[in-house]
Amino acid sequence: MKDVAIVSFAQRQEAQIPNESEVEMMIPLMEQAKSAVGLSQKDMGFTCSGSSDFLAGQAFSFVMTIDGTGPVPPISESHVEQDGAWALYEAWVKLQCEDIDTAFVYSYGKSSPGSLRDVLATQLDPYYVAPLWPDAYAVEGLAARMLLESGKVSEQQLAEIASRSRLNASTNPHAVRNEKKSVEEILAEPYSADPLRPSDIGAIADGGAAMVLAAGDRARSLCERPVWIRGIDHRSDAHTLGARDLTSSMSATIAAEKSGARADRIDLAELAAPFTTSEAVLTEALGLGDGVDVNPSGGALAANTMMAAGLVRFGEVFQRIARGDGDRGVAHAASGPCLQQNLVAVLEGE
Amino acid sequence: MPEEVLQAPLVLEYPFTRTTGPVVGRFLTGLRERVVLGVKRADGTVMCPPLEYDPANASALDEMVEVGQSGVVVSWSWGGPRREQQPFDQPVAWALIQLDGTDTPMLHAVLVGGPEQMSTGMRVQIKWREEREGHITDICGFVPESDETGPKASATVDLDSVEAVESVRTPIRLNYSYTPGRALSEYLYAMKDKRIIGDRCGDTGQVFVPPRGVSPVAGKATTGMVDLPDVGYVESFNITRVPIAARPDLQPPYCSAWIVLDGASVGFMGLVINCELESVRLGMRVRAVWKPDEELGISATNILGWEPTGEPDEVIADIERIGRVGAQQTRRGAERGGVDSQQRGAL
Repeated sequence: MKDVAIVSFAQRQEAQIPNESEVEMMIPLMEQAKSAVGLSQKDMGFTCSGSSDFLAGQAFSFVMTIDGTGPVPPISESHVEQDGAWALYEAWVKLQCEDIDTAFVYSYGKSSPGSLRDVLATQLDPYYVAPLWPDAYAVEGLAARMLLESGKVSEQQLAEIASRSRLNASTNPHAVRNEKKSVEEILAEPYSADPLRPSDIGAIADGGAAMVLAAGDRARSLCERPVWIRGIDHRSDAHTLGARDLTSSMSATIAAEKSGARADRIDLAELAAPFTTSEAVLTEALGLGDGVDVNPSGGALAANTMMAAGLVRFGEVFQRIARGDGDRGVAHAASGPCLQQNLVAVLEGE
Repeated sequence: MPEEVLQAPLVLEYPFTRTTGPVVGRFLTGLRERVVLGVKRADGTVMCPPLEYDPANASALDEMVEVGQSGVVVSWSWGGPRREQQPFDQPVAWALIQLDGTDTPMLHAVLVGGPEQMSTGMRVQIKWREEREGHITDICGFVPESDETGPKASATVDLDSVEAVESVRTPIRLNYSYTPGRALSEYLYAMKDKRIIGDRCGDTGQVFVPPRGVSPVAGKATTGMVDLPDVGYVESFNITRVPIAARPDLQPPYCSAWIVLDGASVGFMGLVINCELESVRLGMRVRAVWKPDEELGISATNILGWEPTGEPDEVIADIERIGRVGAQQTRRGAERGGVDSQQRGAL
């Protein structure tokens, strides 16, 4: 196995980025991530991106964004209709399999042109569920009520998660929801998708992220403190909501075990939990103890940029470890209804 | 850029008709006849709605059994205001409902006035739609069990003697507000004044039209806009002789061409008009035909097509380069001050 590290990262997240096409939004981030380590596209052994046509409202929308990489002459490239964390995973596999020592990863999503609540309904079972167009928040509300009534978590604890996210986000310039709110203030919010309150639901954001990966000594030559991917795994639960226990996450538990997240000492964790209830389920599934700083950036609750929220979690852990705020961290990404798919990685500083 | 970036409504529609297969089809046939079916798993438990496979071990399932039309709310949520696509005429509660005789819950709506009428553990029963076609929406929703809901199970129906449901309509409609971005907005505004603009690569000097704000050669933002003349030559073309259903305005036969404007480094698409289609050839010089001034809008449709100028043909010096960036490098193109050969060499 090759040691693969994150060596640079750039992100942008805003409530709305209405004036730029996807490629216009991404070019500055792509340039920033590459120039931070003095590389150009010609230096990249592989490039992989993540995005969703249903957010863009356009078939094969990613092909236009590839122009931002400068694919002349043609580059070795792939794309996933997934969060960029899965693009990172593909790049990591490619680095293991081929004689290359660099890879470029980016992902992005603009939810503002459409209604994310409706777009997400189209990911549900096309025969039995999608024709009813259940609101995406209402679907999570079903899982949330089961979780609350199981006694595993209380509304008070969910409000504590939301309050902590807002507090941490108040110092994160990329956070969209960054106003502090006390637990009492959050509990006083009227339900928006009973039993979920507005603060329980991740703030929808437009944006993207770009990242450079490098292997072995190449990584050491590119930056002062590479952050190594020590373990990485992703798992999927059944799609049918009625066929799995929505109060826990078997897929996240297995991914955490396989990646080493449950076995090792962890200083911080960034979770792509789109709801406070998801964070409660993931904290248990990943075995994160009291000593772990969970979502120091505010997490996906503070800015839920579809298709990039997971890759941003890798970036947030990378930046903290790179500057010495901890040595070992967990990065998590999720996809699908009610945390169907989970990706977990353990990152460690040199 | 003086004007605001453009926005326009975009509606995405997929008129899907899906094949059901035997298990889903049998279930939907049952709904049409007011019968609810589940499927039995190897361990004896019953899933409803039924899947063709067991999500726990992927084994095929096909033993269908009738289940109850009432059940228990396992969990519920209240989603607030009704959304446009939903097949309900009122806000609804969403619920996971475990029907009597089943072991997994189904997701559907409960038709109540508000969240205060919902509770976990409450019993609900199906409210059937009057007109049924074999679709999940044959169930209007569920109502509290005590309510009047018309006749209950019709256990006398023999599903083998009725027409089986084999497909189901599941259309998708999504509304967007689309933006072409800054560069294309500027391009479309210029069209209003019968101007064609491209954007320039700061590294190579190449000019791209339509402008997209990015140089695909350098992988960098472009460095500014360039006015281009509305004349150029045909680099490639085809003649279409079959109609396209979605474009009744395009009457075959018509000629689609890849047109390279003088000074541009890439071609773009246009129709060749006002000539015999059989006379269209590679290298033919063409000029834009614009709509009358009073009909000009902020739109690329301002160009009705491209007609021959009558000038001598462009001599394409290097046929190998056709279709590649910089392919406009021809003898005459060079004379007109197109991208010089040194810049082309950088490719």
